[in-house]
Amino acid sequence: MPRFQARVLVRLRPSVLDPAGEAARGAAERLGVEGLSKLRIGKAVEMEIEASDEAEARRRLELLSDRLLANPVIEDWSLELEQS
Amino acid sequence: MSIGVIVFPGSNCDRDVQWATEGCLGMSTRRVWHEETDLSGFDAIVLPGGFSYGDYLRCGAIARFAPALQSLIDFAAEGGRVLGICNGFQVLTELGLLPGALTRNRDLHFICEDAPLKVVSQRTAWMQGYNNGALTLPIAHGEGRYQCSDDTLKQLQDDDAIALSYGNNPNGSVSDIAGITNASGSVLGLMPHPERACDPATGGTDGRRMLEALLG
Repeated sequence: MPRFQARVLVRLRPSVLDPAGEAARGAAERLGVEGLSKLRIGKAVEMEIEASDEAEARRRLELLSDRLLANPVIEDWSLELEQS
Repeated sequence: MSIGVIVFPGSNCDRDVQWATEGCLGMSTRRVWHEETDLSGFDAIVLPGGFSYGDYLRCGAIARFAPALQSLIDFAAEGGRVLGICNGFQVLTELGLLPGALTRNRDLHFICEDAPLKVVSQRTAWMQGYNNGALTLPIAHGEGRYQCSDDTLKQLQDDDAIALSYGNNPNGSVSDIAGITNASGSVLGLMPHPERACDPATGGTDGRRMLEALLG
């Protein structure tokens, strides 16, 4: 059975305020890092999955991302997938 | 007539709810472990506050898959009364029984204080007892900022489904929202804790009428 490496990036939707990101941006300024106009914090979920082919792996991971890893009300997600 | 309080790993207000509903208000109440699936003996279900499954991933995201909650979907579809308090409100949005989502408070603080609240709609049994339109309930949450799309907000307004709003909006919620119901009014989710305002010995009784509506 082929194995795949997958990474799902979950981001807050652009319209949703990210107070943790804003706090980190404030700390970046205090560190002396200048010019940082945007800092938003998301999640990276790394997975390995066995599936008959890439399309099947993608189908399962898309279901997982949409139903569990991200909440579509407030978050977007993207999937990176490659055979290991 | 009896009330079921669903207990998840990490729930911490389940006993407080039982003290309020049974100890203070004399309504038969049983705590239900989240792996149970038979809710047929109950007239109302409460999802209590706390940190179900450690709030891993997102608040309420994992609790949503608990066996008891698959039964709760049917319970709610048949018109059974469901009350989600704090973490319970977060679970109800993840489960899809209520729209929107609860996100990190605007100022990042965990807020623990008495919140002045306004009754926005007296349409449902939950709110009918609050004739002067104002009440005070404790809040205690880090992720209580209600978020929804403009379309969802309009739907809530059209359905007269915004039950409670904050007088001072401590967490940055859309439209000051503190609690909402579904369109029929059988399901209420709110961030404030009515069960902590039932015993005069521990500060206020403004939560009583809301909890009495579980079996009212």
